[in-house]
Order: sequence, then structure tokens, then C-alpha cells
Amino acid sequence: MAIEAQSVTKRFGDFTAVDGVSISVPTGSLTALLGPSGSGKSTLLRVISGLEQPDLGRVVIEGSDVTGLPPQRRGIGFVFQHYAAFKHMSVHKNVAFGLEIRRRPRSEIEARVEELLELVQLSGLAKRYPAQLSGGQRQRMALARALAVEPTVLLLDEPFGALDARVRKELRAWLRRLHDEVHVTTMFVTHDQEEAMEIADQIVLMNQGRVEQTGSARDLYERPANKFVMSFIGPVSHFGEELVRPHDIDVRREPNGSAERATVERVVHLGFEVRADLALDDGREVWVQMTRDEAADLDLQQGSKVFIAKQ
Amino acid sequence: MTRLRRYLLRVVGLSYLGVLLVAPVGLVFYRAFENGFGQAWDAVTTPAAKHALLVTIIIAAIAVPANTIFGIVCAIAIVRHRFPGKNLVNVIVDLPLALSPVIVGLAFLLLFGTGGWLDGLPFDVVFALPGMVLATMFVSLPFVVREVVPVLREIGTEQEQAAATLGAGGWQTFRRVTFPAIRWAVAYGVVLTTARALGEFGAISVVSGRLIGKTESLTLHVEERYQSFDYAGAYAASVLLAMLAIATLVAMTVSRPKDEVR
Repeated sequence: MAIEAQSVTKRFGDFTAVDGVSISVPTGSLTALLGPSGSGKSTLLRVISGLEQPDLGRVVIEGSDVTGLPPQRRGIGFVFQHYAAFKHMSVHKNVAFGLEIRRRPRSEIEARVEELLELVQLSGLAKRYPAQLSGGQRQRMALARALAVEPTVLLLDEPFGALDARVRKELRAWLRRLHDEVHVTTMFVTHDQEEAMEIADQIVLMNQGRVEQTGSARDLYERPANKFVMSFIGPVSHFGEELVRPHDIDVRREPNGSAERATVERVVHLGFEVRADLALDDGREVWVQMTRDEAADLDLQQGSKVFIAKQ
Repeated sequence: MTRLRRYLLRVVGLSYLGVLLVAPVGLVFYRAFENGFGQAWDAVTTPAAKHALLVTIIIAAIAVPANTIFGIVCAIAIVRHRFPGKNLVNVIVDLPLALSPVIVGLAFLLLFGTGGWLDGLPFDVVFALPGMVLATMFVSLPFVVREVVPVLREIGTEQEQAAATLGAGGWQTFRRVTFPAIRWAVAYGVVLTTARALGEFGAISVVSGRLIGKTESLTLHVEERYQSFDYAGAYAASVLLAMLAIATLVAMTVSRPKDEVR
């Protein structure tokens, strides 16, 4: 395991941000720390990095206990949400920072910086200052800076949180490709379940300072450990007392066994996907999801009568 | 209407500056050079005037660097660290701005003078250069702290944390990340400290004993010349003092890159 947090607890005054959390991150993996705001995910990441000291518990990186070590000596790379670019240094200087601190020979620094800027597609911008870069470029620079010192683990705190939606999508696909090239054990914090599901090998879902479930995106979606995981990780529809995935509700035109009768109140066409709001005869409301073809086959219109059952 | 108002505002603003700043300073310059440059030059090259200039420069050369280093350390402590009594420190730093310099001078007399708590040091403090340096340090203490504190707050801690994750120790982080970010605030603080140190009169006039050719600074020299009805000498020395202060201002403005915003 590249990173292990063992029963980590971190309090700020009366508030327990992380409550006895244990996680393991396999070497070479890309792991997402997912959760709503205030779930303790960023704090856990900062405890792993050494920027925060845990009140209880241990942090082990590549087999050695680093709990008492400062961030300088943990062999980590850290990327901040708001880039933390060194504003008075050029892009080149920013990326070279860690290498200069380590007193590497000039020729080696030059070669490494050039290679990294190529990797993050900023080759032509080495002489620019952070203020002259876009948000996405700044974050790529911050990533190159963190990778320059060849960290054992790369930690990213909401790396795309400050970017607009389009750049965010581009960058996360790019991060996945980069990870496949560089293979450094990577852990990133996000509150966006789509982001986590799209690029992570493993997702650690946190809520109120605890881990709710750990697993692949598919595990969490198909075998959620509890209601929180189910509703956080994908769409849910309330059907009776149960939470159901809205595409797991069987909709037919004819009565079928225990299927309940409902009236279509609204149909929304979202391209491939079609959503429909239904009202059961007893007044309860259910929403369902289906493909465009399924909706066409059912000839779903406002006012249509249908029969629904859980698949 | 709006145009009229704009002109009116300008006239009010400029006349305010004119009456309060430009006219008095300009008059001193005019009076100093009224009877030719030669006379002014002679007035500031008398042994007493030259010594007074030397005393002022020695005082500034010790007080300014000392308060710069203290100011940076103190600002970092106030903004970045938690310690008991922090609020008290924050208030005490402003004390020299609130206290009249004469009181400061008197306090130093009581502390270091005959029968004072710290009387009997191996060297003279009161009526000597050390006392004048201490008094100047006291009155010019807050400027660097007050300039640096808001800038440190504004830049936040993220860049410093990033430096730490990249392997930089405390001193390296300060030298490569924190200091470059606060350098213009420090520079501005240094200019204000220098101006205050050069212009200090009240505290120094009490602790120095005003021994001509010994503990007379340039400000004391100006007054002493004036009291002796040597107006030419007083004006010439004033001009010298003003030019020293203006030179520090100009030095900072010139050395500052144009595109950089403080």
C-alpha cells in the first residue's frame, strides 16, 4: 500500500472533522476522496500531507510511519484548489522550485523543467508569470511543480474546483491520461461524484468525518452500503418506502402482477435520456428514467396511464 | 454641472495640498537659497552642521535596519503565529504613534539617567548617542510592522504551504516565497521609518542634552541655529534634512518596477 491512514482523528475545537478514519491506497492507483462539503475529505488529505497534524492515529506512506514528519520530509506532491502559484516567479521558476531547494545541478533542472512543461503542455509559456495564465494553465503548472520532485504520492485538493465546467471536464480527462503515463500513486479530493466516477480506480466516500464506503465506481453505484451512498453516488427515486434508481423502475402500458397504476405528469427529453414525473393513484410521486427508444415504444405523453414496478 | 463640481473638487484638493504642504516647504527652500547657493553651502558645511549630519545619519543607519528586521519578525509573529498576549503585542506596537515623543524622551531619562533602573551601564546612554539611537528606534518602530501586517494577511498561507510540500524549510520559504511577496510593503515601511528617524525631534531633544558638536542631530541643529537668529543656517540645514527624506522616497519609487502593484 502506498498510503495508509490508520484511525485518524482530527478535531478543530469542538468540531470533529475526521473521526477515526482508516483507508488504504494501493501503489500506482488513482483514488478519489469523495464527499459533500464538511465531510472531512480535505482535512484527511491535509493530514496525509503533513500540513495538518492528526489528534489521533497514524499515517504510513510506502511502509514508513510519517505521522511525526513535516510535509518537507514525506516525499509528497501537493496541488491546491487555488493553485498556490508563486506569483513573483515565472512558470519555469515555479516548476524548478523543488529542484532548486534540493540543489540539483543546473543542467538537470533545465532538462527536467523542460520535460515537465512538455508533459503539462505549457512548453511555450515558461517565461510567463502566473497572472498571465488562465486557471487551467495555472493548475497544470502547479501539477508540473508538484511532479518535479518525483513524489512517492501525489495529493490534489479539489484540483478542478476553481475552474469553469468545460475546462474542468477537459482537465480531468487529461489528469487520467497523465496518471496512466506517470503512474504515481495519486489521491484527489472532490465533491463531484461524476468526476470521481469518471477517473478514479478507487473511491473513498466520506460523510461527517467518517468513511461510508470504499470501492470502485461500479461497486458504489450497484452495491451501495447504505442510503447515503446510494443517494450521493447517483440519481434516486423514492418508490414507497424504498430508494430506487430511477432507471430500475419498470414502466409498462398494461397491468402486470403487483405493478401500481400511475399517471404521467411531465416528460422531459434530454437527448438519449428521457425523464418522466409520475403520480401514483394514492398521490405519491415517483420519477423514472429511460432511454429515448423505450419512451417512444411506450408512447409516453403527459396524461398517459402507466403501470410501474421495481425491477 | 458635473464638470463644475469636478473642477471645484480639484481646486479644493490642490489648494489644501498647496497651503499645507507645498507652500511651507517651498518657502524654506526659497529662503535657504535667497542669498545664493554659496551662502547655503557655507551654512551646512560648518563643523557643527557637518557633525549634526553625521549624528543623524548614524542614528538612522542603526535604527532603520534594526526596526526593519524587528518589524518583519513581529509582523510574521502577529499574522502567522498564535501565542499568549498576541493582542497585547499588537496594541503595544502602536504605542509610539500614540505617545508624544517628549514623553518617550523623559521615560528614557528616568530609565537610564542618574538613579534610574538601568543607571550604571558601562557606557553612557543619556546625553550620548546610544540614548538618541534608542529613542529614535522607539518612535520609528511601528511603521514596518503596520505596512507588512496587512500584506501578509492578504497573501495568505497557501504559497508558504506549497513551498513546504516542495521541501523548503522555514528560512528557505521566507527567503524565496514570503519575502518577495512582502518586499514592497517592507520598502514602504523602510521609507516611513527613515523619514521618521531623520525627522525625530522631541524625544531626542530630551535625551541628548543637545551638546553642540557632540549630541546634536540635524533637527536639533536647525532649532539651535534658529534660536541663535542664524536664519540662513536654519533654512539651509532644513533643506538638507528635507532633501535626505525626499531622496529616500525617490530611491524607492525608482527601484520599484512600474508594472508591479503593491
